[in-house]
Amino acid sequence: MTILIKNGVVFDPAQGIDGEKMDIAIDGDKFVEDVSSPDEVIDAGGRMVVPGGVELHTHIAGGKVNAGRIMRPEDGRKGRIPRGKLTRACSGFSVLNTFATAYTYARMGYTTTFEAAMPPLLARHTHEEFEDTPITDKGALVLLDNNWMTIEYAKSGDLDKLAAYVSWMSEASKAYGIKIVNPGGTEAWGWGKNCSINDPVPGFDVTPKEIIKALAQVNEDLGLPHSIHIHCNDLGHPGNFETTIETYEAVKDIKPSSDRQVMHATHTQFHSYGGSNWGDFESKADEIAKYINKNDHITIDLGVVMFCDTTTMTADGPMEYSLHTLSRRKWSNHDVELETGSGIIPVAYSPKIGVNAIQWAIGLELALLITDPWKMALTTDHPNGCPFTFYPEIIALLMSKAKRESMLETVSEAVGKRALIATIDRELTWSDIITMTRAGPAKILGMSDTKGSLKVGADADLAIYDIMPESFDPTKDYKTIEDKLMRTVYTIKGGEIVVRDGEITATPHGRTFWVNPAGKKAEAARDGMLEDLERMFRDYYTVSMANYPVQDEYIPHGVEIRTEVN
Amino acid sequence: MAAETVSNVVCPLCGCLCDDIEVIVEDGKISNVKKACPLGKNKIMGHDRIKAPMIRENGEFKEVSYDDVIEKSAQILAQAKRPLLYGWASLICEAQRKGVELAEEIGALIDTTASVCHGSTVVGVQGRGAPGCTLGEIKNRADLVIYWGCNPQEAHPRHRARYAHSVKGMYRPNGKNDRKVFVIDVRETKTAKVADEFVKIDPGYDYMAFSALRTILAGHADVVPDTVGGVAKEKLVEMVDAMKSCEFGVIFGGMGLTHTRCRYKNLENVISLVDELNAHTKFTLIPMRGHYNVNGSGHSLAWLTGYPFAIDFSRGYAWYNPGETTSNDLLMRREVDAMMAIAGDPGAHFPGESLRHMAKIPLIQIDPYANPTTELADIVIPTAVSGVEVDGTAYRMDGVPIRTRKVVETEYLTDEEVLERILTRVRELKGGN
Amino acid sequence: MKEVILITGRTLKQGSNLENKMSDAYFDAAARCEMNENLLTRIGASVGDAVKVSTRFGEVVVNAEKDDGLPDGHIFIPMGPWANAIVDPDTGGVGTPTFKGVPANIEKTDGAVLSVKDLIARYREG
Repeated sequence: MTILIKNGVVFDPAQGIDGEKMDIAIDGDKFVEDVSSPDEVIDAGGRMVVPGGVELHTHIAGGKVNAGRIMRPEDGRKGRIPRGKLTRACSGFSVLNTFATAYTYARMGYTTTFEAAMPPLLARHTHEEFEDTPITDKGALVLLDNNWMTIEYAKSGDLDKLAAYVSWMSEASKAYGIKIVNPGGTEAWGWGKNCSINDPVPGFDVTPKEIIKALAQVNEDLGLPHSIHIHCNDLGHPGNFETTIETYEAVKDIKPSSDRQVMHATHTQFHSYGGSNWGDFESKADEIAKYINKNDHITIDLGVVMFCDTTTMTADGPMEYSLHTLSRRKWSNHDVELETGSGIIPVAYSPKIGVNAIQWAIGLELALLITDPWKMALTTDHPNGCPFTFYPEIIALLMSKAKRESMLETVSEAVGKRALIATIDRELTWSDIITMTRAGPAKILGMSDTKGSLKVGADADLAIYDIMPESFDPTKDYKTIEDKLMRTVYTIKGGEIVVRDGEITATPHGRTFWVNPAGKKAEAARDGMLEDLERMFRDYYTVSMANYPVQDEYIPHGVEIRTEVN
Repeated sequence: MAAETVSNVVCPLCGCLCDDIEVIVEDGKISNVKKACPLGKNKIMGHDRIKAPMIRENGEFKEVSYDDVIEKSAQILAQAKRPLLYGWASLICEAQRKGVELAEEIGALIDTTASVCHGSTVVGVQGRGAPGCTLGEIKNRADLVIYWGCNPQEAHPRHRARYAHSVKGMYRPNGKNDRKVFVIDVRETKTAKVADEFVKIDPGYDYMAFSALRTILAGHADVVPDTVGGVAKEKLVEMVDAMKSCEFGVIFGGMGLTHTRCRYKNLENVISLVDELNAHTKFTLIPMRGHYNVNGSGHSLAWLTGYPFAIDFSRGYAWYNPGETTSNDLLMRREVDAMMAIAGDPGAHFPGESLRHMAKIPLIQIDPYANPTTELADIVIPTAVSGVEVDGTAYRMDGVPIRTRKVVETEYLTDEEVLERILTRVRELKGGN
Repeated sequence: MKEVILITGRTLKQGSNLENKMSDAYFDAAARCEMNENLLTRIGASVGDAVKVSTRFGEVVVNAEKDDGLPDGHIFIPMGPWANAIVDPDTGGVGTPTFKGVPANIEKTDGAVLSVKDLIARYREG
């Protein structure tokens, strides 16, 4: 199938294209220079043509997402859509069923979605859900930081064995990259405790900072496409911005193995807090932005909060419990033996509550104060800050000071006193937005060859929005942004038209990317590592090692990415 | 004859999903099973099978072909106004997922055995949450284990040895000697006999006991009566002390909580207790799920539909309302006009009042074995035994997904194949209307 | 006739014959009613005697068995078609019938314990 998209106004930051009228050609599943006699010609008629959206941090599949669905039928009832000719029945507002997740992302122009937290022992679950989440290409980041093997090797400093373990685990869980969530803290939660970055992990004579450094080094030794992806210690604590910056500093001297960051710090809004308690809680987005602007080894995503009744879910068990004690609505928790944990609670962010309003402000402030859009991805840490369906409204807020001013009138006055948002005049451009939602996240993930761009040879993932950039003023007409970014005119995924006029037209299986780290770096200490691992299974796990690795049956649409460092 | 030993077989009987079973296969047949408990061993060894697909004619079964039963089943389901697809516990997720697709296609009700088992637990979770963990956390950390209203010695025979009591773990190197086990039950069960403490409670008083424990925990022992549900106040105080002072505690909840007075409120109350205990120490709750993949049915239904059981697709979207859309309520209201029972045995496990209606409507059974449901069925479709003759995914009682192993070949169709063929035929029939 | 509280639930033998319900072994495992020595004596029954258990919802004949783990005034019938002939079908608004804690009467009887087939056949009739 060949497609020619004519008369689009193209934004493709990876190629430095900033609103140029040009044609885009697709042959099969790739963008090409040109096609003669295309099977389909789409006249974009001056509308905005951009690469398919790349979501680098979302919670859409696996044990804790499903625990959220099971715990919250009241949320399921908010998104009911009957089945259609091509589509399955949908449910959910913050914890959507897999079909609703897929269709909604596709309608919004997203074609790549990365699940940000997969417990290795429950990896099969994540992959099963991926199979029932059509359309988008996917990948999962595997939680490796509170893992007893990792902690032991971080303690002994045996990075060769750690490299062998990360390599084995990436293959065993069919993961794309390394996720770190409150290192040491979730292990401490096994005893109802928590850790900050320099506290020794209970039972192990090692600090979170040492775990972070060890995993960062091994990530680069193995030449993984993505950097370590970290949810820092002390999430949600007043005054945590110092821990956040200390985390960034910890990996400053590690050299990246490719042209990208050494650390991706996620949902940074939740880690940019000043003050010492909820009473003097304040924004430190400026301090975080200052650091990011000065240093090139860190990228972030935002984790924007919007006002709604959402569901929070994270492997950060102690944080969820502590948050739960504020509301006491209901609380799920699932600690995973030897590996990680999770907590899930409903949260209603209210504009009238000072803390919530300041959280809202911080997410936006980060985006407006960090000067280089390549260093930050737009996320809401779906569904933690709010569901991803708020992206259009968030984009409107970032592009329009008028929109911000109208919203500021409705929020707690604490924002005026302990946040910066009202003092910021910057309005992001389309190029900024497309960078933060396409080119940037693709580069951060190490996928810029295939994702986040319309360049020749890249995957033919594309979105056309019903916006005429040449005659449209986003700073004034922000309501149109909110409306038009919810539903594309076209979404094309891998050369196939999956959405037309906001309706799903095809539901192909997406692919699942996973990384198989090979080469001497991965294999040198493999035998010794396997001895240690076999002991872990024999003595401590409750499943057999033989039944542990995710079988090939679970990734029928898998794409293996082999890295080899010798 | 050379015997082959298949190791690390996953037992497809109870929610323990033991994955260390050894199965001896001789000449394509299972000759012995090692390491399994009696329940698992009997399941894996197998029993007399339903020999062929059957259709009831004039009260008697007649053996027919798979084509015949699939055609007839598809016709019944395509024509039904209020079909119920029930069971889904003793089979793999791959088949459950196909079942949801079928339910959506025909606008059916789909419900699982959780409906008569831990459905009330799920409803309790929806009220108060699910503070839990995987079983390895118990093995490695727990020093206080409470079995409340459950009897693992008979229902989950290896539970204590593999996960919770005699097993040795990282921080419990002496196994049994490092843990204290309480059993709370209305009778002195086999589990009560091997516990450190047996606390006898009167039937239906669990809710009050949880309230008393929470009251004592909150520091108000003075307002607790001298006995609660037959349990002396001193014993309740002692229990709270044990709970507060342990390093890692767990309550395993059984059908003693879900099958009795207060049902989901029992669960809401015990979950609240566990929640409040976490202000003092680490505490968790794990429901003792019965069938090996009933937990998987809740999971796969939830990611596909948003809800874990009792789902009604008659509106085109998923409608969930336990008490209304649960199988026994539907049957006793005489609302269902056709039923499929798959990998569950309502004939044995539903009250008589429900069976009376099942006897009146077209009933399709999909199962490897004859059972009381067969006695009521109009169409019987024998299938391969998931977990022995078919490999696929099952979720342990703690949510850990494990791929069951195929040990021997079979000529029976799998559940998934049967469902796929019915679905295909239903689509043809409905397309033709 | 004695007023008692009926509990139903799993047993090792019932579970061992979960996929073998048309067998004698399952009949032995599930068509039984356990009670303590004291209750046996009070209804004048010995182990193996047929007893009739009736509730507001029906009656069933099963074989008497002894289990001194049961408190006075309590009987236990393993989950299965015999127990379910007499449990309280009320689902309490959440779907689960009342399988445990059902008020019942128990007495010795000359009646016969029905096989699975005969027991289920009763539902086909009415």
